[in-house]
Amino acid sequence: MNKQNNNNKRTLFEFEKPLLELYDKLDELGAVAASSEMNMSEEIRLMEKRIESVRRDIFAKLSPIQIVQVARHMQRPTTLDYVNYIFDDFVELHGDRNFSDDPAMVAGLAELNGRPIVIIGQQKGKNTKDNITRNFGMANPEGYRKALRVMRIAERYERPIVSFIDTPGAYPGIGAEERGQAEAIAKNLREMSELTVPFVSIVTGEGGSGGALGIGMGNRVLMLEFSIYSVISPEGCASILFRDAKRANDAAIAMKITAPDLLKLEVIDEIIREPAGGAHNSAEKAASFIKFAIIKNLEPLLLLSHRELIADRYNKFRKMGIFKEE
Amino acid sequence: MSIHDWFKRKKETQYPAYARERLDIPGNLWVKCYKCNEAIFARDLEANLKVCPKCNYHFKLSSAERIEQILDAKSFKVINSHIKSTDFLNFVDSKSYTQRIESTLLKSALSDAINTGTGKIEGYDVAIGAMDFSFMGGSMGSVVGEKIARLIELAIEKKFPVIIFSSSGGARMQEGIMSLMQMAKTSAALGRLRENRLPYISVLTDPTTGGTSASYAMLGDINIAEPGALICFAGPRVIEQTIRQKLPPGFQRSEYLLEHGMLDLVCQRDKMKETLTKLLKWFSRQEVGIPKQ
Ligand SMILES: [Zn+2]
Repeated sequence: MNKQNNNNKRTLFEFEKPLLELYDKLDELGAVAASSEMNMSEEIRLMEKRIESVRRDIFAKLSPIQIVQVARHMQRPTTLDYVNYIFDDFVELHGDRNFSDDPAMVAGLAELNGRPIVIIGQQKGKNTKDNITRNFGMANPEGYRKALRVMRIAERYERPIVSFIDTPGAYPGIGAEERGQAEAIAKNLREMSELTVPFVSIVTGEGGSGGALGIGMGNRVLMLEFSIYSVISPEGCASILFRDAKRANDAAIAMKITAPDLLKLEVIDEIIREPAGGAHNSAEKAASFIKFAIIKNLEPLLLLSHRELIADRYNKFRKMGIFKEE
Repeated sequence: MSIHDWFKRKKETQYPAYARERLDIPGNLWVKCYKCNEAIFARDLEANLKVCPKCNYHFKLSSAERIEQILDAKSFKVINSHIKSTDFLNFVDSKSYTQRIESTLLKSALSDAINTGTGKIEGYDVAIGAMDFSFMGGSMGSVVGEKIARLIELAIEKKFPVIIFSSSGGARMQEGIMSLMQMAKTSAALGRLRENRLPYISVLTDPTTGGTSASYAMLGDINIAEPGALICFAGPRVIEQTIRQKLPPGFQRSEYLLEHGMLDLVCQRDKMKETLTKLLKWFSRQEVGIPKQ
């Protein structure tokens, strides 16, 4: 119990500070219970409930830049975490058959409640070493080409596709440019628009610009409650438009990058709620919410013909854009 | 408004603004080349299609200049110039997006960062788009995306090939996520064009970067670039900051992309119309097989 509380403390965000005092009290109760004959279980239960409720209140009022912090949390569940909880019999597929295998992008075959399905998603690391291997979830062109290759398998065998989006962006490097990062993403956009199978995309963490969209043209686009989706990082926008990278909060507010904002703009279809205090507090619970949302959104799509699926996706993205006609 | 009036209006209002903004012309007679710093007689530069006679630097062109250079005289019919940007996010940085749009509209006499329409190249019908870098860095927002999508849809209806001259710094951040979605919209429209077996020729001019290169600019059946154009996904400065090392010479320029297999050809400005004509002729031919003789 003590150990778990300390763990919680260590992963607390700055804005979760009001919880510190409550955790201290919880620790005290635990200590009393351990060192005496008194039965403190009711008090402990109430205190835990109180912590949950305060946490829920804090998270209900997060600012956009605080949501960015949650979305980027080192312990936030990654694509492979979710795959592990949601699907069965996962077989990861590697390589783009042209240049290399990109560890920042994972793809594979699996079953969802007994139904064969294809999964693609960016993969971040769990620690610094892992993150270096995974390139912090920033894919090279090979990643996008691997994703497309596996989407083609889905199409040939009529399997629905689920994509998990969690990337700061496509990798900005010399090799990435030489091997056609722009072409790889552009091609994916065009090809995704013509997929003949149901396709659901979920932004689970960072939806970073073209790198996110490069696997994100689902018939339905869903977002976890504390994820973000943006044309440029708040820091990037701040340094370019506000001429001060420290004004990331202003940029985050101005660009409208949170799930409720994007739902209002009709860029996403649904918000998937997260466990109290964010997905990192219970990957398993978050995964169960995601699984429910995938099934709910895939079901109506499974009834559509090839043509209808393409038309559905075309119309979805065709109507995006706000302008005036004079 | 007739086509003739449209060109007249462009000529009167657009060129002086371009001269003031883009070219350093003392007394409007001499221009200093950005690349080789040579002073060029303005009229010589004009006669040379705005290509430096000394170093081959291709100056940026406005959409009107581009259209004049490429299309048959008086063949251009503008479409969708009534579509205008709107500040739907109430976006404010150092000034509001509303103010930015208004001041840009005032000084440029353009409707947004792309001009679209139909016209003829040596008699071949085309649906054509030409971007204006002078309009907020040629950034792609809802208007650019919508005009491109409508241009492609019109081309499908009329069975015209599509040619787009890109010149763009990428997505328009002031429209947030909606600018990103224009990448999806334009790429999907190009998918439909391809399904209809209609050719798309993408001409990448300086600069074509970010969301523009990662969508319609890289999706040509034929990708052509002007010499020396910056063409990339991530800009050189972003890459340098990320990898903390010097970039190779010529990196992300047209010739470099040609070498790395991203372009079909690099084409001099004075050969552009001729090249496009050959391609249009090839694509428009109905004959199948090779005649015996
Ligand atoms: Zn020169």
